Amino acid sequence: MKKYIRIALVGQPNVGKSMLTNSIGNAKLHVGNFTGVTVEKKEIEFTYKDYTISMIDLPGTYMLSEYSLEEKVTSKFLKNEEYDIILNVVDSTNLERNLQLTSELFTLDKKMIIALNMIDEAKKEGIDINANYICELLNIDSIKVSALTKKGIDHLLATIVKTYNLPRKEPKLIFSEAVEEEILKIILFLQEHNFETFVSHRTLAINLLKEDKEIYKAIHNEPIWIELQSIVQKAIEHIKLHHNEELVSDAMAEEFMAFNQGIIAETVKTTKEDKERIPLTQKIDNIFIHPILGIPIFLFLMWGLFQFTFEIGSIPMDWIDGFFGWLGDSIGSMITNDDFRSLVVDGLIAGVGAVVMFIPNIIILFIGIALLESTGYMSRVAYLLDGIFHKFGLHGQSFIPLITGFGCSIPAYMSARIIKNDRDRMITLFIIGFMSCGARLPVYVLFVGAFFSPEVQGNVMFAIYMGGAFLGLIFAKILRLTAFKGESEPFVMEMPKYRMPTIKLIWHTIYIKTLMYLKKAGTFIAVASLLVWFASNYPKNIDLSNTYTKKIEVAISKNKKIALENELNEKLLEQSYLGKAGKFMEPIFKPLGMDWKMGVALQAGLAAKEVVVSTLGVLYSLGGDVDEENNSLMKRLQEHISFASAIAFLIIMMTYLPCLAATIVFAREAGGWKYAGYLFVGTSIIAYILAFIGYHLAL
Amino acid sequence: MQTIIDVEKNKKYVVRKLHTSGVLRQRLISFGIIKGIKIELLNHTNLKNTYEVKVGKMTIALRKEEAQKIEVE
Repeated sequence: MKKYIRIALVGQPNVGKSMLTNSIGNAKLHVGNFTGVTVEKKEIEFTYKDYTISMIDLPGTYMLSEYSLEEKVTSKFLKNEEYDIILNVVDSTNLERNLQLTSELFTLDKKMIIALNMIDEAKKEGIDINANYICELLNIDSIKVSALTKKGIDHLLATIVKTYNLPRKEPKLIFSEAVEEEILKIILFLQEHNFETFVSHRTLAINLLKEDKEIYKAIHNEPIWIELQSIVQKAIEHIKLHHNEELVSDAMAEEFMAFNQGIIAETVKTTKEDKERIPLTQKIDNIFIHPILGIPIFLFLMWGLFQFTFEIGSIPMDWIDGFFGWLGDSIGSMITNDDFRSLVVDGLIAGVGAVVMFIPNIIILFIGIALLESTGYMSRVAYLLDGIFHKFGLHGQSFIPLITGFGCSIPAYMSARIIKNDRDRMITLFIIGFMSCGARLPVYVLFVGAFFSPEVQGNVMFAIYMGGAFLGLIFAKILRLTAFKGESEPFVMEMPKYRMPTIKLIWHTIYIKTLMYLKKAGTFIAVASLLVWFASNYPKNIDLSNTYTKKIEVAISKNKKIALENELNEKLLEQSYLGKAGKFMEPIFKPLGMDWKMGVALQAGLAAKEVVVSTLGVLYSLGGDVDEENNSLMKRLQEHISFASAIAFLIIMMTYLPCLAATIVFAREAGGWKYAGYLFVGTSIIAYILAFIGYHLAL
Repeated sequence: MQTIIDVEKNKKYVVRKLHTSGVLRQRLISFGIIKGIKIELLNHTNLKNTYEVKVGKMTIALRKEEAQKIEVE
């Protein structure tokens, strides 16, 4: 039986934690969520000698504060969960900032190891770190590693095992004389009263002085608190006076910083003096975040990414489409039962195939996003756009999910996780649907082609996309003023150094994202496709089918046969569950100038937008096999639908729910089904009102 | 009162006081922006909505509202 070691991997953002976990061989990766929140939880497990080691990659945090959702997760995990060792990953090129978290971690009373990551980069920058001396000064093992070259990884693993087997070493965290004096007073008091706690007396004293809310909460219920309170109060007054600060938290922050600077002064030597030289990052930034050129450069890069996504992505799309067509044919020929074949081929394979077809687009888009993220350009864009977005109640970082929404809403909802503040994230989630996704394009092409003259068609398309985005911004503003009102969250964000992305890291991201898409959307789409198939095929009406089959048999001309077949399909659909529901709902769509067929098409669109075109095709007697360039469908629509009704239809397409799969992802990301309910009701009302206005204006 | 939005680019200043409390104060402190520390303005957007400052080796983006709360000299 192997022994099990559980490690909490902690570090500030951008210190290469993910890189470190990637550089450990034979590791199995589990991706999930932390309980109750939509923060991604990555856990790796591997064997080393006689041990099974599990590492939980906690979200990056600057301090043990609870500023963002992710920092809360990390802080809660470290304080409440069971684990054996804290592995603190630090960026060797910026030890001073990183030690701030390190010294705070000391107050958790856990076994700890420091991994001095990016040691190669530090060497290149002329930074020389004396790791042994750090061990000695802090009484914590510090290992030089480079996740990039895998240097020091073995040493790190050996240290993990060693630390696991030895008793905990008390880290040396020493403050100024004034503070030490007060700490001692508190310790003496606790000892006198034989006060038993889950942490050491010293740790308790430090946490009291730095006003750790949880410690206060815990000790507040103890009888000892009555006497302790006045001692702590005096200590705090003394420290404030000593530091000439109004807040003890400021004084303690200064204390921690002084301690860190002391450690740095002793252990870090910068040999190369590069004060004259402007760092590379700053040179790149002079172009990328140039006051005037910054935004045009960004727009150009985005335009390039989308060109790439749709141009390159459409190539394998045809192959995938062909493959599923072939798969349907070959499996279909093996099934003798008609109903079962239809279920498998028309329901399952066609439905799942439609989703899998978007995989190339999604992969390219995610490569693009991963590049933006791992190079550090993302935070530059947030910097550039925050000014504009802030006016509409959004955050600079909202732009990634919004722009992804033009491709597909599902990855867009998922990428909203990058927004740290919950309120900003929720607003962003709510307006993603207004960015017209790729699946709506066929419907737009069909209707714009049918109802607008060729000269203006391009402009109408552009207006549809821009109009959607503009509506989204207005909706964001409304949400900010109503449901998510309150102080707007501060925008204080690190702009990390530019880094060359590694292929391995990018591949890792793509692999996880694609797998998740296939798993979550795939399983769902299979079920949804079966439901739609069922609702439009049942109940069967054999009498009707038989009468028509006879009619078709006796019909002479080929056109007559097709006409009869279409008539049968329409009749069958009309008496199916879907058709009955459509008839039932007809009064709702009447004021918008729509008949039950358009109503059904829109409702089918709730499942997936791809279904709208094929449903319209069936309903307007053309058989199910219709694509957006089918001219006779366009003609049919022109004959049966008025211009005003078409406008209303387009407006609803632009504004209502993207699709069922996206709605499910939305519910998961927003944190509950009630939010999906709000989204459904909200967008439906907006769609209805705007369509009503549009219909009457165009009438 | 001179704050980040009033200073010259690429020149070092010293933080005198943070005119804020609560979460934002904590956030600034966790980025190492505390009394007595050296700070330098690197860049701002065209409309002066957002500011880029350097503290130690770290580059930080701030909105105008936040930058106004950091008093420097």
